Amino acid sequence: MKWWKYLTIALLLYTVVMGFLGHVPRLAILNETERNLYFHVPMWFGMTIILLASVINSVRYLRNPSSRLDILAHESAKTGILLGVLGLLTGSLWARYTWGTWWTTDVKLNGAAVTMLIYAAYLVLRGSVRDEQQRARLSAIYNIFAFSAAIPLLFIMPRLAEASLHPGMGGNPGFSKYDLDSAMRLVFYPAVIGWTLLGVWITEVACRLAFVQEKIYEKQEKQLA
Amino acid sequence: MLSLISYPQPRCEPYLCGVSLPAEIWHLLLKDLRLEWRQRTALAGLLLYVGGTVYVSYLSFTLRGGLPPAPAWNALFWVILLFAALGAAGRGLAQEPAGLRLYYYTVARPEAVILAKIIYNALLLLTLAAPGLLVYTMLLGNPVQSWGLFAANVAVGAISLASSLTLVSAIAARAGQGGGGTLLAVLGLPVLVPVLLIVVKISKNALDGLPWDVSQGPMLTLIALNFIVGAVSYVLFPFLWRT
Repeated sequence: MKWWKYLTIALLLYTVVMGFLGHVPRLAILNETERNLYFHVPMWFGMTIILLASVINSVRYLRNPSSRLDILAHESAKTGILLGVLGLLTGSLWARYTWGTWWTTDVKLNGAAVTMLIYAAYLVLRGSVRDEQQRARLSAIYNIFAFSAAIPLLFIMPRLAEASLHPGMGGNPGFSKYDLDSAMRLVFYPAVIGWTLLGVWITEVACRLAFVQEKIYEKQEKQLA
Repeated sequence: MLSLISYPQPRCEPYLCGVSLPAEIWHLLLKDLRLEWRQRTALAGLLLYVGGTVYVSYLSFTLRGGLPPAPAWNALFWVILLFAALGAAGRGLAQEPAGLRLYYYTVARPEAVILAKIIYNALLLLTLAAPGLLVYTMLLGNPVQSWGLFAANVAVGAISLASSLTLVSAIAARAGQGGGGTLLAVLGLPVLVPVLLIVVKISKNALDGLPWDVSQGPMLTLIALNFIVGAVSYVLFPFLWRT
């Protein structure tokens, strides 16, 4: 096992232990739910980073086609979806106990829903093309196109919006960086790195599996021929 | 196969040499408009679709007696326009036979093809939206308070719907077998949600008769989104090119 995998385990253990047992400031309404800062927010950070990696691999694929880059883009997108769904679940649960509802029509929530829809559509597109090269190219093009069309909604619109229920108005859409308690920072930053590394780890394992599968298919094809 | 995929592709020799990009776009656009005019049945079909949907909604609303409330009026109008856009986009790039496509590729630049298609789709959707809006207001009432803003919004909104769907329809057409229409809707909707959110918001402002400067921000966002989508289509279409 590589060193960063031990680091991932250590960071996530630290996040979970300190996240549930550590000190958090007493705040009205939020109460203990603010511990979600260690789970929901870093998961979305990780999702953004991994989806960015997926798009970069799609761009690399178009510049220089190879099945390796296609697999990298595909598996990163899948991990991104996993982290996104976890982020939605934790966020929804949090919203239930602070806002009193599972879902509202907030700019940031809309952005989250669109991201999930885009990557679900990406998977549908991959599923409906049989030829491998065609599938790789079409999905790479769609990945880049949808990502660029969704960026305004995810990163710019929340910053422009006049009103949003979501924490962190007038700055970072996730939280307000100026009023974050310094004790919470000590857990939050390791949590961001930990969850992102976990995403990278999942992607790495999935990619290795895909590479092996590809090799097996090639061998079988050779035997048939 | 690999040699076909590599990019940049050989330029110029067989193409319309010495013709500038705008001129090429103009020729392709004229070609599309002519073709559309010669096969008027397709255009008539789309118009009939819009008219029919409006009439069905009118019948459904009058069942309870009376006109829909303003928010429902607004939502319904954009849903009708959304599906008209999906229907229109499903025809343009999607229905060209592969041989014809191959011919275009030997005579025109990919950038010109996609830009001409975006303009053509925008024009097509505008010709659908205008009579659609007319029939809609005649049958379902007219709660709009500032018509200038509403008309401008419909125009920009129709252009945005068309431009966002053009490249997606080209992708869906090449993915083929998954049933072109469904795939187009699945791929197109996530991309269209941002556009629709902004458009419906401006539309609501127009219905409430709010002053122009309230809608200025969202309107500029919409136009900026159009530029992003146009630029990304311009860059990506050459890769979709010879499949």
